[in-house]
Amino acid sequence: MNQFIDIIAMIFLIGGAFFFLVGTIGLLRFPDFFTRMHATGKGDTLGAGMVLFGLALQASDLLTAIKLILIVIFIFIANPTATHVISKAAYKSGVSPWKKEDKN
Amino acid sequence: MIYISVSIFLIVTSALCLYRGIFGPTVFDRVLAINVIGTKTTVIIALIGYYFSQVSLFVDIAIVYAMLNFIMTLVIGNYLEKEMR
Repeated sequence: MNQFIDIIAMIFLIGGAFFFLVGTIGLLRFPDFFTRMHATGKGDTLGAGMVLFGLALQASDLLTAIKLILIVIFIFIANPTATHVISKAAYKSGVSPWKKEDKN
Repeated sequence: MIYISVSIFLIVTSALCLYRGIFGPTVFDRVLAINVIGTKTTVIIALIGYYFSQVSLFVDIAIVYAMLNFIMTLVIGNYLEKEMR
């Protein structure tokens, strides 16, 4: 039973690291600011949730697991809100979205 | 073994993300890069706590850093919206 929980926690850790890598590759390679925000807002939040949940499965007492679940809930609420604030500021100051015709 | 390898992988990924923080065409790209590095740092702090077997101390530090990262992004977003008008 203990080894089964260890294997599931390791799957969560490696999956979370994979989502972090995909989000950062999207941040480097996308052509426009709004598309980059899509990549990081989704990939980063999900990767952090998965890694911290995998750590909470391996906690030695109940209080540490509850604290890690609280961090996950806070990140799930806070990261999209921060993305929305930055996006609204960029739209109000005139950053124009990328269209398919200008190939750069 | 698994904790230190995921930590080194996340440090390399966040150093790659610094490229967008330096060479981003607009100022909003740089704010986005700093938010990404902050989120990765909270996860790295929790992993280092598990590696050195002092879990209770480092999880408390990770809670504080997650809140600090969120507040900093909100404040600079509000300032940029009022300033660029």
